[in-house]
This record gives sequence, structure tokens and C-alpha cells, in this order.
Amino acid sequence: MDEMEKVVLDYVRDEYLEDEDEEIDVNTPLISGGIVDSFSMVSLKRFLENKYEISIPDEKATPEAFDTVEKICALVKEFK
Amino acid sequence: MSNIGSYEERMKDFDWSISERELEYESGGPINIGWYCTDRICKMGKGEKTALIWEGYDGNARTYTFNDARLASNTIAHDLKGLGIKQEDRVCLFMDKIPELYFGFLGILKTGAIAQPLFSAFGEDSLHVRLDDAKTCAIMTQRKHLKKVRRIIDQMPFMKHVIVVDHDGRKPLEERERVFSLDDTAPVDDFEAFQTSAESPSVLHYTSGTTGQPKGVKHVHYSLISQYLTTKWVLDLRDDDIYWCTADPGWVTGTSYGIIGPWALGVTQCVLDKGFSADNWYRFIEKHRVTVWYSAPTAIRSLMKAGEAIAKRYYLSSLRHLASVGEPLNAEAVLWSEKVFGKPFLDTYWQTETGSMMLTNFPGMKVKPGSMGKPFPGITATVLDPNTHQPYDGSGRIGLIGFKPGWPAMMRNYWNNEETYKSKFRNGWYLPGDRASIDQDGYFWFVGRDDDVINTGGHLVSPFEVESALIEHPAVAESAVVSKPDDVNMEVVKAYVTLNPGYAADKNLELDIMNFIRKRLSPLAMPQEIEYKDKLPKTRSGKIMRRMLKALEWGEEIGDTSTLEDE
Repeated sequence: MDEMEKVVLDYVRDEYLEDEDEEIDVNTPLISGGIVDSFSMVSLKRFLENKYEISIPDEKATPEAFDTVEKICALVKEFK
Repeated sequence: MSNIGSYEERMKDFDWSISERELEYESGGPINIGWYCTDRICKMGKGEKTALIWEGYDGNARTYTFNDARLASNTIAHDLKGLGIKQEDRVCLFMDKIPELYFGFLGILKTGAIAQPLFSAFGEDSLHVRLDDAKTCAIMTQRKHLKKVRRIIDQMPFMKHVIVVDHDGRKPLEERERVFSLDDTAPVDDFEAFQTSAESPSVLHYTSGTTGQPKGVKHVHYSLISQYLTTKWVLDLRDDDIYWCTADPGWVTGTSYGIIGPWALGVTQCVLDKGFSADNWYRFIEKHRVTVWYSAPTAIRSLMKAGEAIAKRYYLSSLRHLASVGEPLNAEAVLWSEKVFGKPFLDTYWQTETGSMMLTNFPGMKVKPGSMGKPFPGITATVLDPNTHQPYDGSGRIGLIGFKPGWPAMMRNYWNNEETYKSKFRNGWYLPGDRASIDQDGYFWFVGRDDDVINTGGHLVSPFEVESALIEHPAVAESAVVSKPDDVNMEVVKAYVTLNPGYAADKNLELDIMNFIRKRLSPLAMPQEIEYKDKLPKTRSGKIMRRMLKALEWGEEIGDTSTLEDE
């Protein structure tokens, strides 16, 4: 796990995970797994944009692209 | 041939007794939705037919017959009765779309208590205000949502039981909490459903208004009569169908047409307890050979956004009938579904208060893409002059939608709020709060809300509720919440705020405020954009002019500003 994956994983765990006993990793499905819904995805996108000083186009911010921490980080790196 | 046959013929001499006869309900006799959806279907010889095909987010899947549904709802009802739950007590369901939610709903109704389903993504403030209003005495929930309940339990002395349906024993339970496991409890074969009557309260769904706190919409067991017939005639459900309603039973569609309608007809339904993705949804349809699909415009537009190519990867030819609810279905979405699925999504219009479909596009009827369709037989609908509340003569004029009260699923009241209930009626018409016009062929066309309530992704959000929560944030001095246009959700929440001294109007604060609202209220209510202002537009009497801000968002005329306070 690289530094970015750790930061994003911690953020998801702190902000979106309701069940504190649930264990998640960089490949846990977030959107399709019901941890982050489509409305909350907007705040996750905003976090990434603020943190990494990037702008992710709306058409790239799809449920599929945000489904795991690993995919999210790959997307961020595209725009960094 | 569809179940409804000819719409014109059905309109002649229509009487709700058609539904009563098919359900073998005798006027004045007992009517209990829990019994109708399980015991009656078993008595009809369909006990071994599949009632529910369920899939969880982790790939876990289960199938239940109607007899399983009968036993599960009996077992829950028996347990609740053992706790002292009695007629008209409010019992909340605060769960994801797991089987216990569906069987719990019916179990509560079998005890004679009132089911109060609440969307499991609600934050603690949204949960508390609704439980406090209803003075709910028990809540059925999951381990993952227990944290939210625990944060507010001390403010709820009326809450006697917190029932955890999936407790794994890893952490101790606290006072008032108890475990109930459907898998570990001996099934109760013999449970006599409470003899509720037509006007006995059944379900309490909360909905948001422009001002004040959310309102508890009280429905009764007689609502079954219109839910059954609209399901049969509009969704066109038949005995061999595999039906998928994508709505969450935390909202009215998920109970009226995600539990009551299909199961009263003895039809097999599927539930996918998983977040949205086009691949997941198409895979689910393909795997279970779904034939009738009832979804929402937001979901359809999300599928459009995902592209036609994804749909082509799946075998979707099992689909024979598609319908939509929640917000107006745009013409583009209707045309897209015709192209991709070979059939259009038919729009249906109704709301929490109406309990069942009111204006719809029917199977076999000519579809005018973008139209709301025509009134269901037995529903008298019109467009009213907003000033006189008299029906307009002729077609094409924009006014308020009005319905003549009297259909079986009509709400009976707002919980503890008779005054607001009465305010919904004018000149003998029930006003759902939407504006529309009627064309020369009798089709209704949606124009917009008649108030400031925000319809985002088919769910209503009260600007007042969000504004009240915003000023709880230490940085926010004042707030005004309006809708802004959105390609997928039709509208989303936008907040204008002024800040208290010492706070910098930056991007990190914006995110902090967004997350604050998401956790306190819900993801739906979270502003998708926050705009900082030095001051908000107000009338001379100090009232924030939300209307002006909304007009700015929608590119509309700002209108009369004569009452605006001086610069």
C-alpha cells in the first residue's frame, strides 16, 4: 500500500464506515458494497481534489472509478 | 394482453370493489396487510412458490418461499408481542435492504402495531426527530447502525426496545438492547394476525416539507386495496413474473410496491442490497431473468451515463415491462430505454401521501415521452387555478395538480399534525404540491414543485431542515438552502452561507460543512455545493429570500424584489 492509498483508506474509514468492526482494504468495494453512496461520492471527490490539488472531471467520477481505494488512487494519479 | 386491457373500458363504471372482490375482502371485516401478503398466498396453495430472491453486497444470496415469509413474519410478530408491543404502537425498521426488513415489516403489521420504516442512511438528527415525533417504542436495526441509535437513545425515554437482528456477540449490548436472530429462533407456525380493520393505522412514512419538521404520513390497512390493483394494472404483474423494485423500503415506493403490491399478488420479487453500478444491475437482471422492473429516473439516467455498451454485454431480453417513479422521467430517458431495452420506461406519478399510483402511463397506452400519463381509474385528477382552486377549463394551462380525496391508499392524517394535514386541501381537492398542465388528449405534463422542497434523486429534502442543521455548524452564521439543476438527480441541494468571525471561506471548510450535514441528516441532504456570501438577501422584515437564490440557480427571472431590504 502506498502513501496515497493509506491516506484515502483512512479517510474512507473515518468518514464513511458505519460499522467500526468492519475491516476494509484497498480492494473493498465502496460504492457497490454500499459503504459510500452516490451522494456521498461527491464529498469523497471533493476531499481528493482538495487534498491533491487536482480537478476530477464529472464524467470521470463514475461509480466504477470510485469503487475501490485502489481505483480511486489510480484516478487521482491520472490528474496529478 | 395486459392485465388492465383497455384503459378506456376500465374507466367506465370503475369501482374499487373490483379489488375488494379479488382480495376476497368483505366490507367491515378484518383486513391485515401482513396476513394478505403471506398467509393468504399460502392458503391459495402458493406456499412453496418463491417470494423473495435476495442478494447482499458481499455476494451472499438467499431465497425464501411464501411459506418462509409467513413463518418469518410470524416469528417476528410473536417476538414483538412477547415484548409487549401492542396495537398501534410504533415500531421502527432501521435497516439496509436485508430480508429481516421485509419480514419485519409484515411481522409488525401482524401484531397490529404501526410499521415506521426509516432510510438506513439517515444520520442521528434525522433519525431522532422522526422517532421523537412518533414516540416510537421499539426499533429493529443492524449492528452497523447501532452506533447512531446509541448516540440518541438517552433522549428517547419512550424507546423501550432496541432489537439487533445480526448481533455477533463480539461486543456487549447495552441497556434496552436485545438480540433477535431469525436464523436462531424457532419458526412460529401458528400466529393469529391481529384483526385490524380497514381504518386501522398500518404504516408511518416520514416526508419533508418546506417548513417545520418532517411529517409522519399515516396510512391504514385499507391502502392494500389500491396498492394491489395499481400493481396489477400498472406494473402488470402476473403469476410467472420475476419482479424487481429497486426502491428502499425506507421510502414509500419500497413498501407500497416493494412489499405490499407484489406479495399481495403472490408474485416473486428480487432484492439487491448493493450500491449502484451499471454492471451490478445488469448482471442482476440477467442472472435472475427479471421480467418487470420498477426503478427511478435517477437510476435510469445513471445507466444512460454509463453508456449503451455496458447494457449490450448482458442478456436482458427477459425484461418485458419497465416503469419508473420518484421524479419526472425526461423524454430522453424514455427514448433511450426504448432503444437499449426495446421498450420504454413508463412514468408513474404519486407520492408518500397518496400511498399508491395516481397518474400513470399504462401498458398498451400510447406513450408520450416526458408525460406523466393519465389518472388511474377511480382517481379524479385535474389542474387547478392557483388562486381560486377551481379546475381550469380546457387544456394547456399550468396550475396545481388536484385530486378528489377518497381513494383507498390516501393518507389519513399527518402524525400529531392535523393543521398541516388540513392545509393540503383546498376547495375539496387534495393538493400534492406539484404544478402541471393537461394536454388535449388528457395526458398530464409535470412543470415543477409549488414550494421550495427539493426533489433529489426522487427523495424530498426540506430546505428548512438543512438550514437548521447548517447553523449548528460552528462556522455558519446564516444559511439559505435551494435546489440547483443536476443532470442525473434532477435537482441537488445547494447551500448559501455566511460565516461567523474567525472562519476562512475556503475549500476545506466547505468539505467539513458538507460532511457535517451528511452525518447529521443524510447523504441526500448534504449540499453538493456551498457558496459563501457576505450577506444573504432578506426582506425588510429579516426573512431570507430563498426564492431569489433559487431563481439564480435555475436561470429564472428573480421576480418582485420590492420587499428586499436596502443595501
